[in-house]
Amino acid sequence: MATAAKATKYVGKPIKRKEDPRLVQGIAHYVDDLKLVGMLHMGIVRSPYAHARIRSIDTTKARSAPGVVSIVTAEDVDGAIGPVPCGAMIPDMKPAPRPVLATGEARFVGEGVAAVVASDPYALQDAMELVEVDYEPLPVVVDPEKALRKDSPRVHDVHADNAAYRWELEGGDIKKAFKQADRVIKVHLTNQRLIPVAMEGRAVLAQYDRGDNRITLWSASQIPHILRTQIAAMLNFPEYGVYVIVPEVGGGFGSKLNVYSEEALACYLAMKIEKPVKWTEGRRENFLATIHGRDQIADMEFAVKRDGTVLGLRAHFIADLGAYFQLLTPLIPTLTGLMCVGPYKIPNVRAEITGVFTNKMSTDAYRGAGRPEATYFLERGMQAVATELKIDPAELRRKNFPKAKEFPYATATGLIYDSANYQGTLDLALKKSEYKKLRREQAAARKSKTGRLMGIGLGSYVEICALGPSSAMPSGGWESATVRIEPTGRVRVLTGSSPHGQGEETSFSQIAADLLGVTMDDVIIVHGDTSAVPYGIGTFGSRSLAVGGTAMYRAIEKLRDKLLKIAGLVLSEDPANLVLRNKQIVSKRDPKKSMSFADAVGAAYTAKALPPGVEPGLEATHFYEPTNFTFSFGTHIAVVDVDPETGDVKLRKYIAADDCGNVINPLLVEGQLQGGIVQSVGQAYFEEAVYDDQGQLLSGELADYAIPRASDLPWIETYNTVTPTPVNPLGAKGVGEAGTIGATPTLVNAVLDALAPLGVRNIDMPLKRERVWKAIREATAGPSGRPRRAK
Amino acid sequence: MIPAAFEYFAPKSLDEALRLVARHGDEAKLLAGGHSLLPLMKLRLSAPRYVVDIGRIRSLRSIREEGGRIVIGALATHHDVEASELLRITCPLLPETAAEIGDVQVRNRGTVGGSLAHADPAADYPAAILALDAEIVATSSSGTRVIPAAEYFVDLLTTQLRPGEILTEVRIPRTGENSGAAYRKLHQPASHFALAGAAARVTLGPGEKIESVAIGITGVAVNAYRATAAEQMLIGKKAAPKLLAEAAEKVTDGIDPLGDIHASAAYRRAAAAVYARRALEAAIARAGGKKA
Ligand SMILES: Cc1cc2nc3c(=O)[nH]c(=O)nc-3n(C[C@H](O)[C@H](O)[C@H](O)COP(=O)(O)OP(=O)(O)OC[C@H]3O[C@@H](n4cnc5c(N)ncnc54)[C@H](O)[C@@H]3O)c2cc1C
Repeated sequence: MATAAKATKYVGKPIKRKEDPRLVQGIAHYVDDLKLVGMLHMGIVRSPYAHARIRSIDTTKARSAPGVVSIVTAEDVDGAIGPVPCGAMIPDMKPAPRPVLATGEARFVGEGVAAVVASDPYALQDAMELVEVDYEPLPVVVDPEKALRKDSPRVHDVHADNAAYRWELEGGDIKKAFKQADRVIKVHLTNQRLIPVAMEGRAVLAQYDRGDNRITLWSASQIPHILRTQIAAMLNFPEYGVYVIVPEVGGGFGSKLNVYSEEALACYLAMKIEKPVKWTEGRRENFLATIHGRDQIADMEFAVKRDGTVLGLRAHFIADLGAYFQLLTPLIPTLTGLMCVGPYKIPNVRAEITGVFTNKMSTDAYRGAGRPEATYFLERGMQAVATELKIDPAELRRKNFPKAKEFPYATATGLIYDSANYQGTLDLALKKSEYKKLRREQAAARKSKTGRLMGIGLGSYVEICALGPSSAMPSGGWESATVRIEPTGRVRVLTGSSPHGQGEETSFSQIAADLLGVTMDDVIIVHGDTSAVPYGIGTFGSRSLAVGGTAMYRAIEKLRDKLLKIAGLVLSEDPANLVLRNKQIVSKRDPKKSMSFADAVGAAYTAKALPPGVEPGLEATHFYEPTNFTFSFGTHIAVVDVDPETGDVKLRKYIAADDCGNVINPLLVEGQLQGGIVQSVGQAYFEEAVYDDQGQLLSGELADYAIPRASDLPWIETYNTVTPTPVNPLGAKGVGEAGTIGATPTLVNAVLDALAPLGVRNIDMPLKRERVWKAIREATAGPSGRPRRAK
Repeated sequence: MIPAAFEYFAPKSLDEALRLVARHGDEAKLLAGGHSLLPLMKLRLSAPRYVVDIGRIRSLRSIREEGGRIVIGALATHHDVEASELLRITCPLLPETAAEIGDVQVRNRGTVGGSLAHADPAADYPAAILALDAEIVATSSSGTRVIPAAEYFVDLLTTQLRPGEILTEVRIPRTGENSGAAYRKLHQPASHFALAGAAARVTLGPGEKIESVAIGITGVAVNAYRATAAEQMLIGKKAAPKLLAEAAEKVTDGIDPLGDIHASAAYRRAAAAVYARRALEAAIARAGGKKA
């Protein structure tokens, strides 16, 4: 981090988040907190069937209910609102655009059938119950493997079958690899469907001003500008008349990296009625009708040498896409394909993905988006290889890692990993966990008569982050920033990133303050308001700091150079000798030559004596296009005790050793890791979107969908090494998703390690007690259920 | 998450409340802590026309000793029970059970009477109430009835309470010397209600023989119940580990366990046995004056 590293009053320090005081005091504003004069409330009547023909919709009773202002169905909005956009194109993919209201057929439980607008939420709820929909139930398909069978019901009549697309990737010489292999080790694994469960559900408020012909849309979104463009397109409305504002957002995890039907419907209805229209999602709606994540099945074959060298990998993934395409639905599984060799030197690879339609909510980006799946499958595979070949899992990994000096490293999947030292994080994790001691403890437990089942799990990962070069992204992978130093010397940063809990107001302020020699309080970070901020891409894919932060860095460089030129003229000093420090501009050569930051800023605005060619004012914009992704990496270790009588898993120790390049704020990095690891605990042990065979979501609320609680967790220990990326001047990679990528396989491997002596090789996630209990029972078959110790 | 319209009453005395429920009959619902009723109303699974909030009837909140028994008012909150000095000394099983319910917010609002009237199949108190041989007191405009715990729970969300009756208090007989009790619970991971919960109370006689034993099981079947087959196996015998395990295997004898996405019937059966054994072990240790 060439320049920033020199002056680090803030960068690299564990500075508490700037955004927290307003959040913890409850004085921040989320969409649902906003109230406009004359505001009405929208509700969506949703299909109770996973697949049904809509014979008719009778709104007569509902229309005459007190407080009802408007009701629209597909017929009413036909031609007025386009379908939900999908930004991903895969060759020969079958399209599955989602109409904003079910048209002809409903294809999953929760699909909107009618939108009702009423004067208050109570009248609204009463009226929604009066909308009468005549459904003719149609055959349902829920299981993606069954959906691929010839005799399966079809989700979309217009398509010959439910295979949405096939995608392939090949590198090296896969046939040769399998010919040269001593052993071929196969695994069949599933990565279950998850519900993102952001603390704040989705919320939308739309206002229309007829005089200005302007739509203002407040939405809990991760992508304000893309939303603006897409809303304009859906409504065929001039984009300059659409203003999207994203106020405080209570978490997204990818679920708000989308364009939803409710956003377009609220705008449409606000225009139609000429009153502001608000829609706030309930938790049950959130479970049914906000995107889900994961839901893949993998068959993998590892071609290995007896010494553990992995020569080749053949993988086939089935990805359940749900009924329709949301913004990135078809794209997400391809990230699984791209990342399927992970941090290993696997020179020969063939990956195939079959995307499948089912009568369920769409899957899309959920924290990690395709990479947690890849890492889970690969790391479970590596665990199987270690077990089969009787090699310590740590040593197996070490053997197959590329060495630090081999970076940049080109993978067989066509990526260039920027920089890494995989051995470094592995060694750190081993050391901090006292791995050898743990193994001794485990050996003793296995010998003792208590039947204690202790397990140690390892997981290594590399994550593709800082998405990404535009050439590899569906709609641009750059980011923008405008930086304005105002006449009073305060700094306003407008970023195209759209943080929603990550803490970029803090990290961006740290960088800006250090670059300009001011305090963090002198800097404000503005985001999420499309009328204020230059066009941007948004926050997802662990990109905001590495890409958005770099855009800001470059814009500040422009202003810094300008300020130094101005000061150079005033101080009669070569600008190259001047530095910004403690609100002063000082000559390195001659400290007597100095002027205040404020005076230099003032000079730019009064513009009485500017160097030749220098424009007045202090504003600069930069659109930063990254040359590559960045690749964070790490190794995690989990220690569990399994209750042999109930299958209850107690996670008792967790060590994470990660490397996300230069760390701007260790507190934020730790927060991201802790949160991500906890979400992994959810996927590994508790969470699953369970649909029955009629497509009803059985885990439809928080009383049935288990997310981890503090009482389920030990203290998670995080450590890091620092391998800066050469891709950007900050040297920073991404860390927003690392936790969910590295931790899931680690947690599962730990349980399988505990049960390995019983001969248990696989349990599908989530490792619910009953599944673990059953695996133990089946492996031991003792009458009392107490495990017999296997040899 | 918006309830249907209802009319709200907040009587200040039991008499006034009884008059209201007598007048509105089936159309009225009592509201205590609201932590079971309001979620149902918000989902519109329950839509009473009248809601009679009994939360202001102070007299129903006390926990006291009376005539050699412990009397717990229906409006005592889970936290009141958890924190009661009197209960800690005379009936520690109840504070131990209360501490397992929900989270702090739930324990601050939810009430003993509400939990027992609602009779969720996975609620925690029912196991303890059964193991303690408690009595449930129901009051209506026509008088007061005492229902033994063993007869109180009838079916899914169904008890012996009749329309027009208010559960006013729970009476708990004092246990003798050499007694111990314990509650052990396997949480359902999402709701943290009991997937299988077992409360055991044991009195040891001469020679460490089990003089009396009561086991209440919750979370396993449509309603909480006494595991009588297991109890009978234990009476009069010395509490050997093997016997406890064998008896615990019997706690689901004659029971048709529930199955859902969290656990199959077979798993509930197995978990009930494990948790019943653990509760018995702890109760016996405590009866013998040991910590458990
Ligand atoms: C998030 C959450 C977690 C929870 N976790 C647990 C848990 O782990 N274990 C557990 O056991 N419970 C749990 N509960 C339930 C909680 O204990 C409730 O408080 C309790 O079940 C009901 O008590 P209440 O006072 O809130 O009753 P209310 O909700 O007010 O009433 C419940 C029902 O009982 C009736 N009623 C109330 N009082 C009387 C009375 N005196 N006489 C006659 N009828 C009456 C009402 O009409 C209603 O039908 C949880 C609840 C929530 C919201």
